[in-house]
Amino acid sequence: MTDFIPLSAPELAQYVRQASATGETLGVIGGGTRGLAPKDVSQIVSTSGLSGITFYEPSEMVIGARAGTPLTDVEQALADKGQMLAFEPMDHRPLMATRGQPTIGAVAACNISGPRRVSAGAARDHLIGIEMVNGRGEIIRSGGRVMKNVTGLDLVKLNAGAQGSLGILTEVIFKLMPIREQSLTLCWHGLDEADAIALMGEAMGTPFEIDAAAHIPDYGEEQGARTLLRLEGFAPSCTYRFKQLARLFSHHGQPEKIEGEKARALWRMVANAEPFTSPDFAHVLRVHIAVSKAPRLLEYASGWGVRTLIDWSGGLIWLGLEPDTDIAQWRQQIAALGGHARLVRSSQVPGPAFASPDEKIAGLMSGIKHAFDPAGIFNPGIL
Amino acid sequence: MTAIAFAQPDAAILARRDAIVAGLAALVPSDVLITNPDECRAYETDAFTAYRRMPMAVLLPRSTQEVAAIMAFCQEQGVNVVARGAGTSLAGGAIPQEDAVVIGVSRLNRVLEFDRPNRTLKVEAGITNLAVSAAVAPDGFFYAPDPSSQLACTIAGNIAMNSGGAHCLKYGVTTNNVLGATVVLADGSIVELGGDAMDMPGLDLLGLIVGSEGQLGIVTEAILRVLPLAEGARPVLFGFDTSEDAGACVAAIIGAGIVPVAMEFMDKPAIEICEAFAKAGYPLDVGAMLIIEVEGSDDEIDFTLQKIVEIANGHGVKVIKQSRSATETAQIWKGRKSAFGATGRIADYLCMDGTIPTSQLPYVLKRMSEIVAGYGLRVANVFHAGDGNLHPLILFNANDPEELAKAEMAGADILTLCVEVGGCLTGEHGVGIEKRDLMPKQFTREELDQQMRVRAVFDPQWRLNPSKVFPLENRWMPQ
Repeated sequence: MTDFIPLSAPELAQYVRQASATGETLGVIGGGTRGLAPKDVSQIVSTSGLSGITFYEPSEMVIGARAGTPLTDVEQALADKGQMLAFEPMDHRPLMATRGQPTIGAVAACNISGPRRVSAGAARDHLIGIEMVNGRGEIIRSGGRVMKNVTGLDLVKLNAGAQGSLGILTEVIFKLMPIREQSLTLCWHGLDEADAIALMGEAMGTPFEIDAAAHIPDYGEEQGARTLLRLEGFAPSCTYRFKQLARLFSHHGQPEKIEGEKARALWRMVANAEPFTSPDFAHVLRVHIAVSKAPRLLEYASGWGVRTLIDWSGGLIWLGLEPDTDIAQWRQQIAALGGHARLVRSSQVPGPAFASPDEKIAGLMSGIKHAFDPAGIFNPGIL
Repeated sequence: MTAIAFAQPDAAILARRDAIVAGLAALVPSDVLITNPDECRAYETDAFTAYRRMPMAVLLPRSTQEVAAIMAFCQEQGVNVVARGAGTSLAGGAIPQEDAVVIGVSRLNRVLEFDRPNRTLKVEAGITNLAVSAAVAPDGFFYAPDPSSQLACTIAGNIAMNSGGAHCLKYGVTTNNVLGATVVLADGSIVELGGDAMDMPGLDLLGLIVGSEGQLGIVTEAILRVLPLAEGARPVLFGFDTSEDAGACVAAIIGAGIVPVAMEFMDKPAIEICEAFAKAGYPLDVGAMLIIEVEGSDDEIDFTLQKIVEIANGHGVKVIKQSRSATETAQIWKGRKSAFGATGRIADYLCMDGTIPTSQLPYVLKRMSEIVAGYGLRVANVFHAGDGNLHPLILFNANDPEELAKAEMAGADILTLCVEVGGCLTGEHGVGIEKRDLMPKQFTREELDQQMRVRAVFDPQWRLNPSKVFPLENRWMPQ
């Protein structure tokens, strides 16, 4: 399945120069857990040989790792020092029914975030430096190991989420956050989606530093609907904020307090979109939308009896759709609300991931692709 | 050291000045176009006042469409364009050139829409940074990036420079707080990047625009993330014998899992300058000072400050001043906030902006003093300790051209030092013209070419702010 496993950036650069000269196309694969295995390319490059933490300075809250480093290795090293990647990257394995180990490079390349994204920002907000090999086989560094850096054009952001279309990441540098002393989850039971969105939206506007906000609707199971707010910090602060929020939303009933492994399991379920693991959902759509427009989409979804999961206080909505669903119609509905939909799992062949309806923007994207990869050897067809 | 060069003005454009101005006059209402040299003079420099160039004309449009019309005309006529917010750039990012017109966005200053559940505010980009926070303050929100020029500087300028401020450690910089932007491209076309949802798909063009220093387009509208105001905030002031002690204390606070909203560092010269001016009650018998601020309810603040004080006690703190009231809080901040003004009272200064890994702090502070002393000058240090963004102020006499040259050379040496220890040339001020010729210290030829290839996608003719960011030699242009 893999044609080449470089052990260093210079080795990869040489390989890319050869491929470019012979007109071959290249796909890159990390752990292969996201179901994005490159298709229709002549060679597949694995980052598995580019592994290992290159430096870790807990007092500066910064870590560098080669792109193929398993995410668990990074997270373990951080946990040992009481730190973490604040954006809480999603694990795609349950949803995609894949095996293997997610890599830190793919987290950067695909801009993978989870529930804490709503308060702490996305992977791209924490990625502060990259080393990559571009389509000319040159090693390019951008950003660095310091969190404030405005020197030159920000090629880091451009490559975060580019899914390897501009080049292959060889090293990534992330800024970090401390793991908080305590994590507390407030859970209200039985709210409908409109009430849940209103509660979460209001809570996010309070000074009580909501860490994550999600709603699991009633799937006809024992638990019923659950609306979750997570608080993190020093214990007395969490206790104080818990009380304030419970009082503020007392009209929805007293929230249950969830902690420890039970809370972690709940948030893992939200982060990893576990309500959609069943193959009965032929298409799983991930929708990013303004919180204020989420109720209209949920109303539409409810009209079709579609299973939903709501994260980011309404800014992220997962939809599980039946086999014969007209996906284009859903995309249209979502686009009309200023949102965007990505078909994360589907029985259909997805279209180009980066298609833009705006001709000018599409032109800029293909111009940038050409600026990094003039021969079009990486991940062809993504634009 | 020779003075920083601008691109040679294009004689053909200068010769056609009258026709170009007439063309612009036909395009926009008369009060949008400024051609009178006396009025244009207000736009000949920015906060990097050592350099100035008179533009051909200044335009102050009132709408995105007017900006687009002017950009299209300039593109067609081959006229350079320098975008301007409030002209507060410390790096010369907004200094024009003789063969360019200035497009200022200061009249595009309306608040367009507050979406409370989404925590976003849509604005025209010429609005000032502080006016954004003021617009949402009645609802209990604020806009987090807070550059010290926030009273005057515009969101368009903040986006162009990816501005930071004192609160970045907790809230990030501009690029982390912008969700969408309306951008007028060099050919006059208008694009909407990002939007009111998070993490839009495709290549992150918005992330590229932020920090691009007016080289890729002009931002006319923006969708900003606004955040709920904390219940309260309170600082503590620490005095230490040495910078090493202060630096170790900062590292220990972060190591203990505390992320204060601000951690500001001042060295002895800075303390003396600020105290003489602000009478803030700063200790004069210490070698370094930290101001650390935390947020929350009163009890939360007490709890966190107590933890911080315990850590400081373990790091040889000599003076501790805890604020007990709003007056005391203002007093503690007064000196720090007046640092640049207070310094300007005793000497002219160059404000540098390199960032270093914080573990290198003691070494870099020592080396900086040596470098500056080597040129017979003095340096005062005021900076954001949590993120390693240094602001050494090199003191000199601007009436002495030789001292200016020495100060510039000392500045270049300091920034080179920042890069050598693993940091960068600029943390929040931008490259502009000031640091342009130092870019090869940080980037290889291939890396600079890669950036310029991306730049060329937006502006193949180098018409937008052309004298900035990239050294004038070896510029990459499409074949």
